[in-house]
Formats: sequence, structure tokens, C-alpha cells
Amino acid sequence: MKVSRWIALPFLLPNLLGFLAFTFLPILASLALAFCSWDLFSPPQWVGFGNLSDLLGFTLPEKANGWLLLVAGISAAVAFAPLPRWWRLGLISLSVMALWGFFREIEPHYPRFWQSLGNTFFLMLGLPVSMLGSLVLAMALNRTLYGNRFFRLIYFLPSMVGGVGIYLLWKWIFNPDYGPLQQLFLFLSGHDGPRWLESVLWVKPALMLMGFWGSVGGTNMILYLAALQNISPELVEAARIDGAGPWQRFRHIVLPMVSSTSFFILIMGVIHGFQGGFDAAYVMTRGGPAGASTTTSYFIYENAFGWYEMGRASAASLLLFALVMIFTWLNWRMAGEKVHYA
Amino acid sequence: MPEKNRWSRVILWLALLAGGLVMMFPLIWMVATSLKSPDGGIFPTGSHPFADLFPEVLHWENYAEVFRKVSFARYYLNSLMVAAIVTLGQLMTCSLAAYAFSRLRFSGRDPLFFCYLGTLMVPGTVTLIPTFVLLASAGLVDSYWALILPPMFSAYGTFLLRQFFMGIPVELEEAAMVDGCSVFGIYWRVILPLSGPALATLGIFAFLGNWQSLLYPLVMIHSDSLKTLPLGLLNFVDLHAADWPRLMAASLLSIIPIILIFLFGQRYFVGGIRLGGVKG
Repeated sequence: MKVSRWIALPFLLPNLLGFLAFTFLPILASLALAFCSWDLFSPPQWVGFGNLSDLLGFTLPEKANGWLLLVAGISAAVAFAPLPRWWRLGLISLSVMALWGFFREIEPHYPRFWQSLGNTFFLMLGLPVSMLGSLVLAMALNRTLYGNRFFRLIYFLPSMVGGVGIYLLWKWIFNPDYGPLQQLFLFLSGHDGPRWLESVLWVKPALMLMGFWGSVGGTNMILYLAALQNISPELVEAARIDGAGPWQRFRHIVLPMVSSTSFFILIMGVIHGFQGGFDAAYVMTRGGPAGASTTTSYFIYENAFGWYEMGRASAASLLLFALVMIFTWLNWRMAGEKVHYA
Repeated sequence: MPEKNRWSRVILWLALLAGGLVMMFPLIWMVATSLKSPDGGIFPTGSHPFADLFPEVLHWENYAEVFRKVSFARYYLNSLMVAAIVTLGQLMTCSLAAYAFSRLRFSGRDPLFFCYLGTLMVPGTVTLIPTFVLLASAGLVDSYWALILPPMFSAYGTFLLRQFFMGIPVELEEAAMVDGCSVFGIYWRVILPLSGPALATLGIFAFLGNWQSLLYPLVMIHSDSLKTLPLGLLNFVDLHAADWPRLMAASLLSIIPIILIFLFGQRYFVGGIRLGGVKG
């Protein structure tokens, strides 16, 4: 119904005041703070792009130019020379390898930030695995089986429980001396397994395993279940009569029909993934060993409230925001066209 | 064909059961550890990893010990109180604003709502530092106000409720108006009573989010007497790091409200979520 602003205002006001004070203005303040140097106690000083160039700055040693030249040469060959398709593919993979070599030569001024970004990306690799797990689980639970509802509850529960208590539980499970995982390793193979949270190599897979446990049967699975129930049985039956096997039915009916759900889960997962990892890192590893579990959100906390580098922390959180936006947009562009809306 | 089908169902059922056991194992292990003797009872002695899962003597006193070692009851009450107030506050402020955004048409509504939407993607860490500075300058850091005030307003909650309110037929509203209902009366007597499931969903999300929140209270609270449960658990770790049985007892106590919500509110999670805007 059409009303004047004065009637709408009382409804909006409580929320609007809170929104302005604790969301909108802080975002603007953060934007300003990213260009200052401030330790909370002495007055802030304007440093312009100093924080950003500290975080992102790098030097290129002489060696890197060779790699770059190689990349440019191969790219030119791919672009202009009339080569057969397989040659092109081979050259493109060569150029990707050369690009990798180039990135290896970069010497960042502030490696800890780059490492935190790398860790955040690495941990997000768990997302497709857990999405696939959720889909498979939803397909299994979509059949009328004895105890179906009970199974749904059992698989859902781990995604509900969370917080410090559960991180402590997993810290205990990953305990390299007495934890059950290590005992199982010892029993099966006769010698000790990896030292999980204490190992630079294994700490991220361990955190991903924990994330898988906490997400595979949760809301994502329920979303997939809802999507599967929207597939009309006639469609599947028609494909079966036309001689489509289980894999073809999965590939050409199920996957397209759940693609809009997958797209939604992916976008939400990437948005959360960029922001995540603080709680687990703080409770289980304090970002270690050797920074191997320091995600960007942990990096921001450490800078702001550990070292009182408010400006640098704000700059990092703005970069994080920019990354979230870029990746959401990329997802939209790349996956958005392939999504099938029923 | 039916014969093969039945076997495939049996295999699927067994696989689901095995998977369910694996999923439940960490929680079973948590209960088992919490009942072991704190004096060396946690060291494995059996011939295989699960030989001595549960101890012969169940040490229920571990749970009482938790309350004696740290001021656990205080942390618990703090958490319950803060989460309850924040949940009620969010339900109130978000439903009022959502009503204005969904059912009232006034100039400037859509640009304002767009501002709300735009902030949904901003990471929590962006607002954390300025919020801390703002509260510090008002002298509210390290008080209940800092724990309660900022989380009481949620753009996400406003968005969620708005989507639900949009689906309520406008005829109901018009009928109420003809009967002489005021604008507030429509919100209070028509919209809210029809929005039980949406309010319950937001309430559960708000309560759980606040109950499990770590970063925010970590930044805002320093006094032991104001600590919420997540901070209290960390305090317990600092004081008794290797005391796994009692640590697990404390952790288990901390997730009991979640399990209660899960059992009583399961139809809001597992029964089927209404997907606003997912299907094109």
C-alpha cells in the first residue's frame, strides 16, 4: 500500500539506525582507514596507497624476465602461427607451465599476506568435493528407503553443531599421539600417519576433512534433495526407454536439472570461503604451523588486534571484499550461462 | 529386474548406515572421551583402536568438575542471555523493517533496500574494526552492550523476512484495512501471525550464529565475568590444556542447546526449506 515516508519511518527506524551505525558507516570508515596508518592510540596518519602497496607489492628478479619472454613467445606462436589443434593445446600447457615458473620467481614484499590468500584458495578446493558428496548423498536419500528420515537427521546433525566445542573435538581427533585417527592409521598400516595439525603439508587437508564432515549432509544436501524432487519421473522414464544408462541419465538429466542449485551453492560457498577459516585457525592451530593455516580472515585479525596495524588490516579486508566481488562476478559470467532453469 | 533392484537397495541401505556411523563417530568419540578418567585414562591400551572406546567405569563427575575448574555456569548464562536477547531483537527489528520494505510503498524505498542488499556480500572483518572503534569511543567495549547491540540488526534477516512477506496475499491486507485496521495493526495482526515458519527460521539462525560466534566477542570482551561460552571454552583450554576428558565434557555441554534446537526444530531444516529465489 502506498504511504508517506512518515508512516514507514517508525517501522524502518530501529533497524535503520543499527544498520547505519554498525554496517553502513563502518564500511565507509573501513574504506578510509585502509589509506591510513593507525595503531588505535596515536592519531591516524594518511599514507595513501601505502598499505595496499605493502600488501600487494613484489619485486621481480632478473630471472623472471626469461620466463615472461617464454610465455610471450609461446602465446604469440599460438595466436599467429597456423598450427594443428593438438600442437596448440600442447603449446598452451607449456605456456601455463612457464607462467607458473614466472609466478614462482616473484618475491612479495609481505609474503604472509600472499600466503594467507594461497591458504584461503587452497581450503576452498574442498567446496567442489563436498558439493559432489552432497549430491550423491541426496540422490541416495531421494529413494524410498527404510529409515530415510532417520538417515537425513544423522547426516544433517554434524552441520548443525559447530563452534569452539567442535573445533576442540577435532583438535583431539587430529591429536598426533593419542587421537583416534592416528590410532586407526597405526592399526591399519603398522606405522604412524601424518602429524595432521602439526604438519605444514597436512594441516590444510585436515581442516578440509573437518569442513567436509560439517557440510556434506547439511543445507546443501537438503537443497539438492529439493532440486531432485523437482525432476519429473516421466523425464527419467522417457530417457530409460530411449536406452540411456545410469551414467547418461545422471549426466544429461540430473546434472542439468540441479545446475541452478549447484550454482547457488557455489556462489554462497565462495563468498563464505573467502571470509572463513578464522575460528578453526584460532582454536586449533593459531594459524600455524609456519603460517600454513593462516587464512586471510585470520591475517586480518592478527594485524588488527594482535599488532594494532588497523590500517593494514582494513586494507586487507577491502582486498578480500574486492576478491569476493570479482569471483562472484566471474562465477556469474562463466557458470551463469550454463545453468539450466527448470 | 526387481531382484537386482532389491539387492541394490540393500547395498545402498548398508552404505548409508556405514556412512552414518562414520558421520556420528566424532560425536560418539566426544561422549566417550568425556567419560574417561582424567588420569591417564585417555591413552590407548586395547588391541585395536576401538577396543576401549568407552571406559569400564564411567566418570560422570567430569561434568561437575568443569563447573568447578572455571566459572562455566557464568559463561553459560552469559551466552544464553546474550543469544536470547539478540534473537528477540533481530526478530523485532528485522520484521518491522521487512514489513516496510515489502508491504509499504514510499519514495526512496528501493534505493534504500538496494543499500541493504549491497552490504550482504561485505565480509564481517570489514566492519569489525570500525565497530570496535565506535564502541570503544562510546565506552561500551567490554560490556554486555557490546555483545548485544551490534548483532541485533541484521541486513540478512531483513532480506530473509522481506522475501517471505512478499508472498503473503495482498487481499488479506486489504480486507483488514476495510475492517479499519491501522498500518501497525496489519503488521501485528495479519503479517506476523502468518509468518511463523519464516520467523522460526530466522530465530534459529540468529540464535545459532550468536551462540557459536567467536571472533566478535573475542574482540569486544576482556573481563572473565562477561565471557560467553566460546571464550570460556578457550579459557578452559588455556588453564587445562591436556585435560581432554573434561575439555570434551565442557565442549559437549556447549553444544547441548544446539542439539535441543535441532531435535525440536528439525522440520525447519530437514523437512524442506522454501527456496526463495533459487529456482528461476
